[in-house]
Amino acid sequence: MADDIHDRGLHVRLQQAAPIPLAVEIECAPKELLALVGPSGSGKSTVLRAIAGLATPSKGYVACGGVPWLDTRSGIALSPRERRVGFVFQHYGLFPHLSAAANIMESLVELPVPARRRRAHDLLARVHLDGLEDRLPGELSGGQQQRVAVARALAREPNVLLLDEPFAAVDRATRERLYTELAELKRELSIPVVLVTHDIDEALMLADRMSVLYRGRTLQSGVPFEVVTRPATVQVAQLVGLKNVFRAGVVGHDPQRNETTIEWRRHRLRTRIEPQFAPGSQVTWAIAQGQIVLADGAAGEGNTLDGVVLQYLRLGNNAALTVAVGGADRPPLFLSVPLHVARRNGVEAGATVRISLLPESIHLMPADSGPEAEIEKHRRIQPASDVAA
Amino acid sequence: MDRDALMLSLRLAAWTVIILLPLGILFGRILAWRPFRGKPLVEALLALPLVLPPTVLGYYLLVAFGSASPLGQLYERITGSPLVFTFGGLLLASVIFNLPFAIQPMQRAFETVSQEVRDAAACCGLSRWRTLWRIELPIAWPGVLSALVLTFAHTLGEFGVVLMVGGNIPGETRTIAVAIYDRVQAFDERGAAVMSATLLIVCLIAIGATYFTGARLDRRRHG
Repeated sequence: MADDIHDRGLHVRLQQAAPIPLAVEIECAPKELLALVGPSGSGKSTVLRAIAGLATPSKGYVACGGVPWLDTRSGIALSPRERRVGFVFQHYGLFPHLSAAANIMESLVELPVPARRRRAHDLLARVHLDGLEDRLPGELSGGQQQRVAVARALAREPNVLLLDEPFAAVDRATRERLYTELAELKRELSIPVVLVTHDIDEALMLADRMSVLYRGRTLQSGVPFEVVTRPATVQVAQLVGLKNVFRAGVVGHDPQRNETTIEWRRHRLRTRIEPQFAPGSQVTWAIAQGQIVLADGAAGEGNTLDGVVLQYLRLGNNAALTVAVGGADRPPLFLSVPLHVARRNGVEAGATVRISLLPESIHLMPADSGPEAEIEKHRRIQPASDVAA
Repeated sequence: MDRDALMLSLRLAAWTVIILLPLGILFGRILAWRPFRGKPLVEALLALPLVLPPTVLGYYLLVAFGSASPLGQLYERITGSPLVFTFGGLLLASVIFNLPFAIQPMQRAFETVSQEVRDAAACCGLSRWRTLWRIELPIAWPGVLSALVLTFAHTLGEFGVVLMVGGNIPGETRTIAVAIYDRVQAFDERGAAVMSATLLIVCLIAIGATYFTGARLDRRRHG
């Protein structure tokens, strides 16, 4: 059964040196939404175009529902038309001279005209656009255009739905609404859905699985929350926006308590057991901003640390804190706590706070992240300069 | 009024447009969408008739079409008649000197059909012909139309190349522009004036029609 689902899904393996280097391997089961996440220029859109047949990599294999669409070894390369993909483009790619209904009818040329019209109306109603059938794309708002694009992509009953940054061109309020609509729509679909985005939150909200792409390579795939909180490498940690990434030394393992102890800035931190890191060796540890809590009074379960608040920033209902531990000149910890909790604890800039890191929230990674350690400069995190004393 | 010359000019302009429509669409699309080596060179060559004196272009065409040239010999072997000083030769010259007038506006027009729209057409399952007919041409239509009108009007008005390649044979190669020159040389002021006015009106109607159509399309598309 598992194999059956495996076969019915989408399988993509792409290899290419130029013009855009690719080393990509992704899979997406039916009913599953896979998010391809990475900074701009990481090759996400190229992967999507290769799945659709709009671009052909020099070496690759693409199959969907057990049917090979592309196999460069045996010379198979189906056209986009033969692949039957639904594609929602970043700027929607609507035909500007055709009405909303006619845009959809254009992808239904296999049906007789009255049936085309009926189906176009049904699809527009499904994306809540009934009554706007005769509007030209230029007469629709960004959100409405996106819905027409989604309806058009679904019109041919595609084998796979591909979404290329579909929320990038609309305002924030519209985006929130479209998120809900996509989540609803996804429940009704029984095909693989691949969403390209540079927004981690989008992936966390909508995706069943995500793949992190960087410079044309898939670095890690998994459940979004897992990838974000337990990145395989420092590189992935930086790409998914983890700001708390530090070096530490491994002290030892305690199999009975299921714990590993590390030493960081003269503090002993207990973590989930990770016996693959030898005592005495260096590791990189990371913790998500939201997983650090203010410890009120009793030490409790967590690793407690004292620090000085360098910066206190109110962001909506949360307070973003920058806390120096072991000296103000060293890279600080970043945490985000509910505003009322910060107020109750009397947090302000310059104050000393006690924070708690739950052992299971501390994630350990190999210390050396490989040759590609430098990511973009603006994601500045300095694990290397923060080696434990 | 030399009716024969007017009819010949209209015939020449119509055939030039008929031949350049598919050629313009073909090359306009390639130049608009496909990067290739030597593209600037091709574009420069295509634009050459815009800046070259018509007599220079006419001279080279005359040499290239002459019975001493391979092209002239080939044409003569196939049709039995020479290429220079015939309607066929005139038409070929007309097609060549109108290349920039046909291709450049069409290239600009097809550049407005975005990659996303073309990709969307492919993903919607449209065949190449249907994409051309239902998506590309309707979007690029104003540019294609102005290319055709420019070609038509420019052919009616061309003088230097026509005289060099076609000469001045009544009913065969004497176009209205040549006829006007003829009338002036013969001090027939009235004949020249009537024909000039006719040419002016025909060109004005043609150009006016494109601007009018363009503006209407624009209004429809942008509300």
